[in-house]
Amino acid sequence: MAGFFQANLPYILAGISVGGQYALIAIGYTMVYGILRLINFAHGDVFMVAGLVMVYATASLPMYISIPLVIAATVLLGFVIERVAYKPLRSAPRMSVMISAIGVSYLLQNCALYFTGGLAQIYPTIPGLSKSVTIGSATTKVVTLVTPILTIILVFALVLFIRKTKIGMAMRAVSKDFETSQLMGIRINAVISMTFVIGCFLAAIGSLLYFTNYPSVIPTSGAMPGLKAFVAAVFGGIGSIPGAVIGAFIIGIMENIIKGLGSGWTIFSDAFTFVLLIVVLLVKPTGIFGEKTTDKV
Amino acid sequence: MKKLLALLLALCMVLALCACGSSSGDAAPAADDAAPAEDAAAPADEAAEAPADEAAGTIVIGVYEPLSGDNGAGGKQEVLGMQYANAMTPTVEVNGKVYNVELVISDNESSNDKAVSAATKLVAAGASVVLGSYGSGVSIAGSDTFAEAGIPVIGVTCTNPQVTAGNSHYFRICFLDPFQGTVQANYAHDELGAASVAYCLGQLGNDYDQGLINYFKQAAEALGLEVVTESFPEGNSDFTSYLTNAKNANAEVIFAPTSISYAQLIIEQAAAQGIDIPLTAPDTWDSNVILAAAEGTDLSISVSTFYAEGGDPAFEEGFKAWMNADATALANNGGNDTIAAVSVMGYDAYYVALEAIKNAGSIDPAAVMEALPGTTYTGVSGSIAFDETGDAIRDTAFIKSADTATGEWTFVAEQSVG
Repeated sequence: MAGFFQANLPYILAGISVGGQYALIAIGYTMVYGILRLINFAHGDVFMVAGLVMVYATASLPMYISIPLVIAATVLLGFVIERVAYKPLRSAPRMSVMISAIGVSYLLQNCALYFTGGLAQIYPTIPGLSKSVTIGSATTKVVTLVTPILTIILVFALVLFIRKTKIGMAMRAVSKDFETSQLMGIRINAVISMTFVIGCFLAAIGSLLYFTNYPSVIPTSGAMPGLKAFVAAVFGGIGSIPGAVIGAFIIGIMENIIKGLGSGWTIFSDAFTFVLLIVVLLVKPTGIFGEKTTDKV
Repeated sequence: MKKLLALLLALCMVLALCACGSSSGDAAPAADDAAPAEDAAAPADEAAEAPADEAAGTIVIGVYEPLSGDNGAGGKQEVLGMQYANAMTPTVEVNGKVYNVELVISDNESSNDKAVSAATKLVAAGASVVLGSYGSGVSIAGSDTFAEAGIPVIGVTCTNPQVTAGNSHYFRICFLDPFQGTVQANYAHDELGAASVAYCLGQLGNDYDQGLINYFKQAAEALGLEVVTESFPEGNSDFTSYLTNAKNANAEVIFAPTSISYAQLIIEQAAAQGIDIPLTAPDTWDSNVILAAAEGTDLSISVSTFYAEGGDPAFEEGFKAWMNADATALANNGGNDTIAAVSVMGYDAYYVALEAIKNAGSIDPAAVMEALPGTTYTGVSGSIAFDETGDAIRDTAFIKSADTATGEWTFVAEQSVG
């Protein structure tokens, strides 16, 4: 066991780090789904835009201004997307909103293509996070160790927020029953905006960590992490925050262990993620922590 | 009311799309539309009109290159060479008449799916000859479109043998992968001192990557090396596991014929993980993007390429001055004036095309195609002549290594292995 751990430490570390970053994106998916029953396909691209904003911000501003600016810009972007692309469709069939989300996703990708001219942008190094450290047999970046800790702190804070505050209570109420909570005087638009703000805030943090690890931003950078985070959210039970986090860590770690199995296996690391999605949907469609659905009569 | 509004919005979008379509589709389709109308009105004028049209004096050279996507950086540098050549020699004399040369650039987005539509755009623009593409995969994907239209293509830096094999319209001015793979394997064995294990990493399903790995493997195994091969899926950004695998396999050299975007990530992660295995790569890595990524690290990175700096000082001086005078050109070259080998190749390709047009004595694509096999030209990157498959007869590659302290290439060796 110790031998296995020793040999696979680099893979496990990489997995934990990637898992933490998936988790931060997955929360955005799962919260929006919990409240609006909408899979926000543009979320991965919001993550990518956060990366690009950082690239452009650091070109002219110091780091201590850039980072808050990136977070603010991402949150604003999420808020605007919700107001412009989703809110007008609130009473439309769910499918229309979904298609609107796909549209936003492509819009963001193409805007990024326009601004970057199609070239990969090199992500700035954040002092402290980019340094190399050696743990046992593995050499990795500090950000690898910071990611899981920061993820867990943020999730803990988020759960407290949802449990203890008034707006958190409103969120829970809205996710239980949209119409009734509206009738009870909950300002539904404020709650939904808040959900997008939180989701995008976490995506911005996730992008800071992810791109510090993989410092190249291209217009499709958000697509793969976004998809995997979505699988993580489904795996953990979409709508459940702890589920999304645990799902993300499992996917991140498994994916990297598969890469370490031997030269024939690396090809299957992505396939694994999506096979997992199919299996989960077949065996336990609500995911590990999914809420039981009761049909209303 | 709402329905009316929706209908209006939809109409607006359709119109906007139409407007975009016609503006990017160039003037050629419009000219096509006009021509039949005139034919119908006065068929007798046709014969008189054709020469008059030629005397108007524009010849279109299509540029089929990736300006975005994984190979966007390299494609842009290749186009820069062509644009510089076009700025130097904007006209060509055919049969005593002077034509303006117009470069029509079409972005194939580094993607095999987009290749056909990008190629079709050039066919529609009425190109007499096409240059490109950077990246063998897109070259192969767009090849049939040019073949059907009867337009000859001069490949600039697409090194996979399949590009020119089995067709008569695709030519190329660079060396081939079997040659480059062998050069790399010999270099790894002789210069980098790899005696037992080599590790190859390429993108899954990429013709260029996998082709080169294959040739490298053949040559390396003949030298008695064991070769471990791994592939990563498109869009992958985590290379730490692959690098760990290379380390665990006790590899003495990593051969990574990937595109520049992935190369950036590989270099960055290799540096972070403290990988001390030398990295070697083919012509794609010969880019200042790679130099920027490698600067300040402890890595050993070498590339085989088409041209070594200092080969033609007069050309270099002119090219640098031209780039520095144009902010867009400088940005497309990655922000500084380091000369990439692909730019030199793009420059030469433009002149080969002009030479072929002169030999053909016509701007008709079919005539240019016939003239191309017999065309020879001595360019900045050496002398260019074609063999019977349409490949350039070349037997020299230059090996350069990255100086991680200064961020410049250092010339290592000139390899001319068969």
